[in-house]
Amino acid sequence: MTKVTMTVNGKPMTGEVEGRTLLVSFLRETLGLTGTHVGCDTSQCGACVVHVDGAAVKACTMLALEAEGAEVATIEGQAEADGTLNAIQAAFQEHHGLQCGFCTPGMVMSAAALLKDNPKPTEQEVRHYLEGNLCRCTGYHNIVKAIMAASGQDVSAIAAE
Amino acid sequence: MYEFEFARPTSVAEAVQALGAEEAQALGGGQTLIPTLKQRLAMPSVLVSLTGIAEMTGITTTGDGAVEIGGATCHADVAKGAAAAYPALAALAGQIGDPAVRNRGTIGGSLANNDPAACYPAAALASGATIVTNVREIAADDYFQGMFTTALDEGEIITSVRFPVPQAANYQKFLQPASRFAMVGVFVAKFAEGVRVAVTGASEEGVFRWSEAEAALASSFSPDAIDGLTVAPDGMIGDIHGTRAYRAHLVGVMTKRAVAAAA
Repeated sequence: MTKVTMTVNGKPMTGEVEGRTLLVSFLRETLGLTGTHVGCDTSQCGACVVHVDGAAVKACTMLALEAEGAEVATIEGQAEADGTLNAIQAAFQEHHGLQCGFCTPGMVMSAAALLKDNPKPTEQEVRHYLEGNLCRCTGYHNIVKAIMAASGQDVSAIAAE
Repeated sequence: MYEFEFARPTSVAEAVQALGAEEAQALGGGQTLIPTLKQRLAMPSVLVSLTGIAEMTGITTTGDGAVEIGGATCHADVAKGAAAAYPALAALAGQIGDPAVRNRGTIGGSLANNDPAACYPAAALASGATIVTNVREIAADDYFQGMFTTALDEGEIITSVRFPVPQAANYQKFLQPASRFAMVGVFVAKFAEGVRVAVTGASEEGVFRWSEAEAALASSFSPDAIDGLTVAPDGMIGDIHGTRAYRAHLVGVMTKRAVAAAA
């Protein structure tokens, strides 16, 4: 076992891991942060997306030891300390951007990464950016709508509901 | 995954030393290797991560105008950082996998793996790039030696890749929508000395140059120059996603599209 230290949602965290321990396993099993989901475990579905040093990555396809010293952000750190949802989370709620909710943590984290780089994306840019996040319930329309709304754009003309 | 030791050296020299261990394996961004380890298709004793080596990341322009990219530079950084110097290469990097995969996967990892449907081998071969390792420089024409096979020796590390910048270039990728690899991808690069056309995704031998198309395009760099040229289906990949004949056909179609976009 090897000691690993990283900052998770602004707090320093340390744990003992094996070389083969995945980042997602460290977050979920060692730190108890089960908001990051494991969907496919083959880096297809994006339910495990977290940010490592500001970049969206699939936590099921990165070793915990590769995040040594990194700043990691997960879904648990997105809302305010008092539970107030951030703009993306609130928009997912407002626009019904989820049904079963399993893909939602990854969707929200991918959306956050997109809006950081591209604060006013077009609908096409949102859809394209989500190519690595699979949702089997919604058909994506309301997810796209929520992200457009979170970017402060008028979504009244976007189809769906 | 089987158990392994993990090492994250901070210099090429330390990485070379770590890779000297029995059954040691280099780890780039892990976007292919970690899924492979999960399936227990590989059993390294030590995994040597190359992503902590500062001297192996970044994009620079050399004195003769070539673009040199550190072996551990991720696809997302190439998509942004090479956009001004070599737009066709940057555009190719921006089409690999998905955004999260591009934030981890590296150019050195892609070229070392030489997946027959990967994008970067097409760019390296069509550009006449030089693969720079810890011990030598290898011309792209000598580097690719068939599916998942390269000129790299055991423990040799791609420290950077140097791309001459063509006068005009374009990459056209016909996406295999499940894997996001190329069903067929064609990179066309027009230099003063001639045209190079490299095809990925299609052949059982991995990336290859389509010399008939190169000759035709050298006399006339237009999509029409490809008319009448065909690639034999023999030796093409045939699978549930597409037959040999289909892939052979796509080679011509994607070459035309790449020329039209580059011209």
